[in-house]
Amino acid sequence: MWDFLQTYGPRLFDGALVTSAQFVLAALVACAAALAAGLGRLSAFWPVRGLATVYIEIFRGTSLLVQLYWIFFVLPLFGVSLPKFEAGFLSVGLNVGAYGAEIVRGAIQAVPKGQWEASYALSMSPAKRMRRIILPQALVLMLPPWGNLMIELLKGTALVALISVPDLMFVAKQINGATFRSAEAFGAALLIYYILARFLITPAMRRLERVMARRLGRA
Amino acid sequence: MDLSAYPLELPKGDCPMVRFMNVTKSYGSLVVLDNLNLDIQRGEMVSVIGPSGSGKTTVLRMLMTLETINGGVIYIDGKPLTHMARGGRLVPADEAHLRRMRASIGMCFQHFNLFPHMTALQNCMEGPVQVLGLSKAEARARAEELLAMVGMIEKKDQHPSRLSGGQQQRVAIARALAMRPRIMLFDEVTSALDPEVIGEVTEVIRKLVAEHDLTMLMVTHQMGFARDISDRICFFYKGKIEEQAAPEQFFTNPQKERTQQFLRAVKDAD
Repeated sequence: MWDFLQTYGPRLFDGALVTSAQFVLAALVACAAALAAGLGRLSAFWPVRGLATVYIEIFRGTSLLVQLYWIFFVLPLFGVSLPKFEAGFLSVGLNVGAYGAEIVRGAIQAVPKGQWEASYALSMSPAKRMRRIILPQALVLMLPPWGNLMIELLKGTALVALISVPDLMFVAKQINGATFRSAEAFGAALLIYYILARFLITPAMRRLERVMARRLGRA
Repeated sequence: MDLSAYPLELPKGDCPMVRFMNVTKSYGSLVVLDNLNLDIQRGEMVSVIGPSGSGKTTVLRMLMTLETINGGVIYIDGKPLTHMARGGRLVPADEAHLRRMRASIGMCFQHFNLFPHMTALQNCMEGPVQVLGLSKAEARARAEELLAMVGMIEKKDQHPSRLSGGQQQRVAIARALAMRPRIMLFDEVTSALDPEVIGEVTEVIRKLVAEHDLTMLMVTHQMGFARDISDRICFFYKGKIEEQAAPEQFFTNPQKERTQQFLRAVKDAD
């Protein structure tokens, strides 16, 4: 085991870095898409509502792997070519964003009716009411389910190996192919994914929850 | 609905601050307010009382335009609130008209509805800065003056979760006043409070009545308080004004049987 890590550790580390980059970029895409689609679902304007619904249905209703292949292999046929790295985080981000959109919508609707009425009574415009009063409170409500989703997202990035993005999973497969030391190669990958999820993402989300709770004056 | 019978504006001079003209509100087949006609004069304090389900809170919510109406027109200072003039006739108001008109109305709610992510001071600055476009410094000065008036200046940097119900309601009153409304609506503002803090909120409202020429409409269950400070009492029963009179007359010599029954029931409960 030790000699395995000595030999392949640096490559696994590089793979983990690519996975981390995929994770961060996909998370940004997911946040933006979830916010846009979640607000879109609540729009009074039906074309916006329709667009958001179509996005959510497509990306939540079909397989992430198929979406990845579509974005990487099929879109070029329509003249949209994306490098594999970009295609990777975009697919994962858009897929997770569709789930996130429902969290955003649910959290906005869960802000007590009195808050909407109080800001209405102050004559706030709908945009200001959303930005200044509703969203800050909805954010606190959406953080716990959002933490779950971020872990899903990390694990989802493993699929980008299938379009040859040199991430952790891709490196593990390469090592396995060259050495047939499957237990070590995939064992190391398993462990690294777990460490990223358990010791980076989860504590970060907890911290964010505490910060937000403090801003509500609760802590 | 035929709107041609309603004037585009009420004649200037002695027009009331608020006029409900044949206002009807229903949810499906349930009629909550039936052909309501009610005038409130400038500077008048009117208390609305009645059994639950009589439509009294709906009166306030319609005035705040939190509820749409199904018939009739509401006028504020002679101008239509629920409608607007277009091409020489009244049409239902659009969002911009509603926002402009309701800027002259402030409301306090039973459950305070302070913004939990802001301090007391920030709550009172939010409207003036974001809606009226005041500078932060102006808004802060105005908010601090009002918080001092309601006796909450020492707690100005606390979040609502650190305040008692009575304190939250006083901040909510300051927040509404910071918009410099001409009409204030109080919707059962003491109903959610513990008995020992009701006094601190009613004290603030007494002060408003004594020192300001606001037009006020208050829904309340506190008969003694209503009797003390109101210019007029309106008793609602099943979506209609059953009886209205000056407080002395209303409480000592109610004319209608329903009113007598209600006042007896309230007294027994005390």
